[in-house]
Amino acid sequence: MSEQTPISPSEDGETETDGQPPAETPGETADQAATRDETAEERTTDGPVTTGAEAVVAALEAAGADMLFGVQGGAIMPVYDALYDSEELTHVTMAHEQGAAHAADAYGIVSGDPGVCLATSGPGATNLVTGIADASMDSDPMIALTGQVATDMVGNDAFQETDTVGVTQPITKHSYFADDADTIGSDVGEAFALADEGRQGPTLVDLPKDVTKGETDVQAITPEKPDTYNPPTTADDDAVADAARVLAEAERPVILSGGGVIKADASDELRGFAKEYGVPVVTTMPGIGSFPEDHELCLEWAGMHGTGYANMAITNTDCLLAVGTRFDDRLTGDVETFAPDAEVIHVDIDPAEISKNIEADHPLIGDAKQVLRQLDDAMESAYDAADASPESYEAWRENCQTWKEEYAMSYDTPDDEPLKPQYVVERFSELADDDAIVSTGVGQHQMWASQYWTYTEPRTWVSSHGLGTMGYGVPSAIGAKLAAPDQEVVCFDGDGSFLMTVQELSVAVREDLDVTYVILNNEAVGMVRQWQDGFYEGRRMASEYPWIPQFDMLAEAFGARGFRLEDYDDVDDVIEKARSYDGPAVIDAIIDPAENVYPMVPSGGDNGLFALNDDQLEDI
Amino acid sequence: MTQGMEGPHPDDRMRPAGRRNSQGIRIDPEAEATHQPRKAVLSTLVKHEPGVLAEVSGLFSRRQFNIESLTVGATDDDEVARMTIVIEEPEPGVDQAKKQLRKLVPVISVEELDPRAVQRELILIKVSGDKPDDVHAVAEMYDGKVVDASPDAITVELTGSEQKIDAAVEAFDQFDVKEVVRTGAAAVERKAETLRDDRARTAERQTETPAASTGETATDD
Repeated sequence: MSEQTPISPSEDGETETDGQPPAETPGETADQAATRDETAEERTTDGPVTTGAEAVVAALEAAGADMLFGVQGGAIMPVYDALYDSEELTHVTMAHEQGAAHAADAYGIVSGDPGVCLATSGPGATNLVTGIADASMDSDPMIALTGQVATDMVGNDAFQETDTVGVTQPITKHSYFADDADTIGSDVGEAFALADEGRQGPTLVDLPKDVTKGETDVQAITPEKPDTYNPPTTADDDAVADAARVLAEAERPVILSGGGVIKADASDELRGFAKEYGVPVVTTMPGIGSFPEDHELCLEWAGMHGTGYANMAITNTDCLLAVGTRFDDRLTGDVETFAPDAEVIHVDIDPAEISKNIEADHPLIGDAKQVLRQLDDAMESAYDAADASPESYEAWRENCQTWKEEYAMSYDTPDDEPLKPQYVVERFSELADDDAIVSTGVGQHQMWASQYWTYTEPRTWVSSHGLGTMGYGVPSAIGAKLAAPDQEVVCFDGDGSFLMTVQELSVAVREDLDVTYVILNNEAVGMVRQWQDGFYEGRRMASEYPWIPQFDMLAEAFGARGFRLEDYDDVDDVIEKARSYDGPAVIDAIIDPAENVYPMVPSGGDNGLFALNDDQLEDI
Repeated sequence: MTQGMEGPHPDDRMRPAGRRNSQGIRIDPEAEATHQPRKAVLSTLVKHEPGVLAEVSGLFSRRQFNIESLTVGATDDDEVARMTIVIEEPEPGVDQAKKQLRKLVPVISVEELDPRAVQRELILIKVSGDKPDDVHAVAEMYDGKVVDASPDAITVELTGSEQKIDAAVEAFDQFDVKEVVRTGAAAVERKAETLRDDRARTAERQTETPAASTGETATDD
């Protein structure tokens, strides 16, 4: 019957109601509705007829999402229309899709659950790309939903059509094309579960307009990961025993704590392990906060601009217990000189990271939390067998302490020079709440914010590491604040980075978010300027920004509070005023434009030969 | 003025004795160690759905894995296709390729075939029609057959191992080769071994019955 009198293309006999009184849909006559009701009994149905867009919303709700960051547009309108009725989902309209992606990314970092961003087809989707790539590089849980032109237009170069799945496939765990209103909900659920499961990362679902407008009676179910994706949980027991033996026999062990420790909520296990066995801890940049930086075992983070003591320890260790890290080149420098004496125990949930960049002598594939527990259980017998104990590391621990003094992080604050950025960061760290969250853009300010702020808790450091996305700061602070409304949020940004996403300040004002932005303003793309001075004979091509706006006034124009900071004497006062302002505040800190970031390992260099100053940089 | 902080000069620091090679493998500091590329045949089951080929080929290109041939075909299961991928990489690269491939969501399982596995390739070779008898003779030498002939051109079909095909192409060189069409390798393990479906393996692991791992395997061929 229904095949002869189709009401709409989607009502072809497979999607129908289960005998509920048929609501008349627009354009449907009472007769047609009655016909639909008659045939309903013949079909296997789940629930009332809804649209694909409503199924998307229901799937997000079932997955436990509560907030979306997005920008409206033509092809995504059906989904926004469905959001109009959702009581569980809050939508935050961003100024630009890139901001939506970064906000969702930061939301994912801070909350631990996938952040959701939403954009229309074509330019909306392509504007998300930077943020998706950023999430991919840093394994941040995120799901992107993009509108798409109707399926019968796909491939025709229709208005605002882009092959979003094709564009994003290399930078997601998987990109889904939802081609059926009956499966659109399970696609979204699966994408959500996949983003969260195993090694976290971004996923995307492309939502054609005819499918989101199409009808379905399939109800939302608990999201399930794809059946082909089965990340390991615990490591092989024999491999754990071997690794424990190596650690017990070591004389100079170091734990390298990566971002995966935070992603796996394994900070407690890592702290317990390091403290129990007295093993010095170096973190990666994404691993900042996994181990408290004020603990004596902590050597802070290693790599290009890491501390001298972290780089000394990681270079001279004979046993590196690396947890949840992918040995990025900014961490390793030249792999030929990276921890060259070390037997490497590599704990990772992604088998593809094992021996990708640094060979793992003892791969422990599994969830960091589980594997650290397994390793902990194996240590006692390993020490007995090796006739050793944590005491055997004592000389090494002392060595590390000596390095902490010899290579102490320091900077001068001469009266006759402009304000030093390190001082601003350090003072703010002392004045801020203990659990304050710091987000950053990318550049010199990011390095100072990571070097001179003291991080003690996981999920308090929100930054763009692998992709190095300038402009990450302003929107990520918004995502972080919305994920943790009760925590103080501070964003350190550079003048160049801030200008790339400054429009998102309007969102912070509109949402009345109590975020403090600190622009470490040196009127330059400072990191590029530093490299030009160091490696390009000072030829400062396109790196100096003598035309930047006055940021305190710009902030006021947006409706935020603006402060200008130039003198050491005003630092505490301005920070306290900005902190106490209930709403977004922007401190334009005019810093010494000549200040460089040190220590420094030149790109591809030997970590152990880091330069502490200009003279040493010239010598290596 | 000088930027930075005080501290020991690089020349005055403790230095490690060891070294790694460019692949991050610890080596004898005195010796150079390089891995020679080797050929590997990866037999891969994938979900038969749109975009899988693009996803797999995109992976190989963006990670710079050297791909020699890639064939896709149906299996006895309508929802599963098989890709046979021949790559040439140094050892860590082969392993990396397998693991990266396995991470793709539509990929069901990845196995590297034994070098002794049965490998066959089909070739169509079109040569000048000037010496039909000689072409026939060479074709017969390689168990090939002429599938099309005209006064101007003769097309020969051959199947065999890569070495045999290479040799045949060389032998046909004397006839003014106009076109060569090769399919790339299709390959299967010898004896009763078959490629397992990882999804079945996971199901087995979850049931945690010791017998399950030695019991019958679910296969697609």
